[in-house]
Amino acid sequence: MASRVAPSSPTVASAARSPGSVLRRRARRMAPNALLHLVVLPLAVVFSVPLLWVISTSLKPQTEVFSWPIQWIPTHVRWSNYVEAITRIPAATFASNTAFIVVVSTTLTVLSSSMVGYSLARLRWRGRQIVFAVVVVTMMLPPVVTIVPAFLMYKAIGWVDTYLPLILPSSTAGAAFYIFLMRQYFTGLPYELEEAARIDGATSWRIWWQIMLPLCGPVLATVAIFTALHHYNDFMWPLIILSSPDHYTLALGLRMFVDMNTSYWHLIMAFSTLMLLPIIALFFIAQRYFIRGIHLTGLAGR
Amino acid sequence: MSSARKQGRARFAVQEERDGWLFAAPFVVGALAFVVFPLAYSVALVFLEWDLVRPPAFVGLANIRKLFQDPMVGTSLYNTAYYTFLGVPLHLLVALTLALALNARARGVSAYRTAFYLPSITPSVASAVIWLQILHPEFGMLNDAFEKLGISPQRWLFEPSLTKPAFILMSLWSIGPQMVIFLAGLQAVPEVLYEAAHADGASAWQRFRHVTLPLLTPTIFFNIVVGIIASFQVFTTSFMMTGGGPQNATLFMVLQIYYVAFSYSRFGYASAIAWILFLIVAGFTVLQFYIGRRWVYYETQL
Repeated sequence: MASRVAPSSPTVASAARSPGSVLRRRARRMAPNALLHLVVLPLAVVFSVPLLWVISTSLKPQTEVFSWPIQWIPTHVRWSNYVEAITRIPAATFASNTAFIVVVSTTLTVLSSSMVGYSLARLRWRGRQIVFAVVVVTMMLPPVVTIVPAFLMYKAIGWVDTYLPLILPSSTAGAAFYIFLMRQYFTGLPYELEEAARIDGATSWRIWWQIMLPLCGPVLATVAIFTALHHYNDFMWPLIILSSPDHYTLALGLRMFVDMNTSYWHLIMAFSTLMLLPIIALFFIAQRYFIRGIHLTGLAGR
Repeated sequence: MSSARKQGRARFAVQEERDGWLFAAPFVVGALAFVVFPLAYSVALVFLEWDLVRPPAFVGLANIRKLFQDPMVGTSLYNTAYYTFLGVPLHLLVALTLALALNARARGVSAYRTAFYLPSITPSVASAVIWLQILHPEFGMLNDAFEKLGISPQRWLFEPSLTKPAFILMSLWSIGPQMVIFLAGLQAVPEVLYEAAHADGASAWQRFRHVTLPLLTPTIFFNIVVGIIASFQVFTTSFMMTGGGPQNATLFMVLQIYYVAFSYSRFGYASAIAWILFLIVAGFTVLQFYIGRRWVYYETQL
């Protein structure tokens, strides 16, 4: 998928021909821009309002949460809501559980998808075509079909309420899409790189680790970011698998908070804001990988 | 000499064969354990009655017969279809409009893109919590806006005829990825085509209709497929916000599968419903690829 086309040089070239056309062109370019802001700015405000409103509510005293008309700016900014939010429920436990799942899953997914992708793209072995076909089919399989039998299976082998069902399936078979992505990327790399190393007697492991991986930093980053995002946001599968609150993730913790008491909205919003911060930070740090990843996957945030 | 080289190559081929399988092992083993086995198990479950308390009992086609008699299956099918076939076209329309507006080299475009994209990476539980407040019948932001416009406030999540429209409205908040995919598609349209059309005196609408739209069909098609598949699997919104109510108006298929399996412990019947969902999703995937081949324009066909 072509991501970006170079700015049109023909426009510049023809504009340079006569001074009159420069002005006309500039005017024509200004007009749509004004229109752009006129139409898009209000919409951007509408899209941003819910997130701004969460922050506003998170800083309100309880009495102002339900006020009519809506109080947009709290009369007294209460930072203490944040302290109260993370002490009223075991937020630190939820955060460290989530961090564990995210870090382990992301590491395993990056390793396994690049290994399998390398094998499918670069190594010749019997059965490779079949395995690749299975990867493509797995990619299209809606995960909901296997939820019930998978739960029963994990129950039988004692994996329920552990992190294994959250980590292992998604970083192996569940990584089908990332495997596909890696395979496409590896297929495009020049073969000379590998052949020279082979003649020098390098093993497949060394070629994968020392030659191939360093060449695919951006793809690995994309896979890592989307895997981390998926595990951080995942709700349904942890809800089914994890039963003891000690093992809850942040997403389950937020749900527990909502179920506990509906008069704590200011604290719930403080907790939500805290939960959003790492994602927003990640987005701003790695924005180009997000955009690149959406171009490649189209599945972000689902 | 030559025989030694041949021997070396043969040894390498053997090694490559072994390495290929070893590198692909994470996927092969994972697919067998976490996909193939649960799928087979899921087929078997359809013919069983099992609540995890009593031993599983073979019930033949009873679960399948029940699918056709259970009015709730019809309800959840209708709800899911309503949500998908009203929601997905709306998503496409709004996402494409935003992308067309943002496909300008103007100031602020990347800030706008961020504003439209951020909501889509908000954890689904957090957005459910946020929208519970926005749609609040007495103190919600939406009713506040309605009041300012002189429209009487609505009981969004408490009025069966309004809950699905409210959910569709809410889902518009996370169209960021679709918009970014459209932007990528638009940027891949060669500038020369627009200039040629312009030189021929084509109006802005004609340029959109006869240049942009045909070249964008693969992107539109991709967004439709991904959109329908994701929409059929909606869960967190109704689980968190309405629990399927009021009067089952937001009982979607995945939520129903979840309740039947994990609240009523009817694992066999839940598997039967899951297979219906699977057949629908698979059907749409196949159908759309079949139709897509006819009306989608690919550049290679030129």
